[in-house]
Amino acid sequence: MSDIEVTADTERAFTLNDRIEITLSINRRNYVVKVESRHTLADVLRDQCGLTGTNSGCEHGVCGSCTVIVDGAPLRSCLMFAVQAGGKAIRTIEGLADGEHLHPMQRAFIEHHGLQCGFCTPGFIMLAVALLEREPDIGDEDLLEVLSSNLCRCTGYQNILKAVRAAATLMRAPRAEPGE
Amino acid sequence: MKPAKFVHHAPKTLANALAILAQVAPLDGRILAGGQSLVAAMALRLAQPAHLVDINGVAGLERLAVANAELSIGACVRHAAFHRPVADGPLGRLLSAVVRQIAHYPIRTRGTFCGSLANADPASEWCLVAATLGARMVALSARGERVIAAEDFFRGIMMSALQADELLAEARLPLLSAATRFGFHEFSRRAGDFAMAMALALYRIEGGRIAGARIGIGGVEERPRRIAEAEALLEGQPPSDERFRAAAEAAAGAVSPIDQSAEVAGYKRDLVRALAYRALEQAAA
Repeated sequence: MSDIEVTADTERAFTLNDRIEITLSINRRNYVVKVESRHTLADVLRDQCGLTGTNSGCEHGVCGSCTVIVDGAPLRSCLMFAVQAGGKAIRTIEGLADGEHLHPMQRAFIEHHGLQCGFCTPGFIMLAVALLEREPDIGDEDLLEVLSSNLCRCTGYQNILKAVRAAATLMRAPRAEPGE
Repeated sequence: MKPAKFVHHAPKTLANALAILAQVAPLDGRILAGGQSLVAAMALRLAQPAHLVDINGVAGLERLAVANAELSIGACVRHAAFHRPVADGPLGRLLSAVVRQIAHYPIRTRGTFCGSLANADPASEWCLVAATLGARMVALSARGERVIAAEDFFRGIMMSALQADELLAEARLPLLSAATRFGFHEFSRRAGDFAMAMALALYRIEGGRIAGARIGIGGVEERPRRIAEAEALLEGQPPSDERFRAAAEAAAGAVSPIDQSAEVAGYKRDLVRALAYRALEQAAA
């Protein structure tokens, strides 16, 4: 590891009760918030940024209802501290629609009855959107494996699957246009 | 379900990370890498570290490279890096096959290979891979560097040979020859859940006989390890269904399950027998 150059840099170390000012870039808008180091990204999104579309379920990484997209990757926002998210591009369910125009994944969830109580829906949608943006041609078996990450306690899995499969087709469509 | 207070340190260089770790290690300081086990444990208040040295911003730790017949995996290489083969030959394919069994996709985008090793969960897939392949771990501290062999690294349930002030900066896996075959099977109650047992088998077939046989078992004992009794039954023998069954039986007899109650231990042995056989059979295919 001797190839790593050691330079003087700025360290951030804070005492226990300090609130740390950070800037979160969420859905292309900057939010300046003061947080404790122990605050998770999920809690700061909801409590300080007012973005309550992201739901907190189990709060220890099992249920997936707090899934958001950070720098293009879907992740559990309950397992990331907000202080770690400064400078990263965060996307939440609130940023998915283009004005009144819903994202294809949102439309597909409506058309295929992919939600019942709706609690798990933002997590499932952000997971599926991130996945299909990263791997548009993913096979059905792999798609199932990825969706097994999130829990729906209404057990509406079949319709969630139908919705994501339909959205996958819609999201792939523009790529087939000539001149690509 | 909220983590307790801690002081967050975000060094940008390895030297500073090690200097801070040296300071805070005696004050209940720990490394924070992917956090997919640690932050969950903190939310449950099973872990309440006073300091976290966050290495996610440390330059150079995402390094993933082949050199000197080894694959070097830096401390911040995420599980998801292995979804597609990262090295030519069987090693890259093996890692891609195993990674699919690690938790779930959004956990794999964040959790790290080295973090799994440092966490030393008996049910960790990467710990089994490291033990079976004979990985070498590079531990760095302000005091210097030491390289720890896999057989000395895993000490018990969630216990490794790392000292409190040491960072597992890199894990090195030996490349596998093109002729190496492998099989991996795991059993868990739900998709993505912890393994109740798992088996990794590797061997070559030379002149119609098994060579370089390795069978590792994880999720059963306090740490993953190779099962010499099973390997001895395979080495130099022609591969056959009978031979695989005999080796799997030997593995089932050799393990000492953590839970020694008759019901659990017997069940775990049944799992080991079935999974070792399936892994050997898969390698033959």
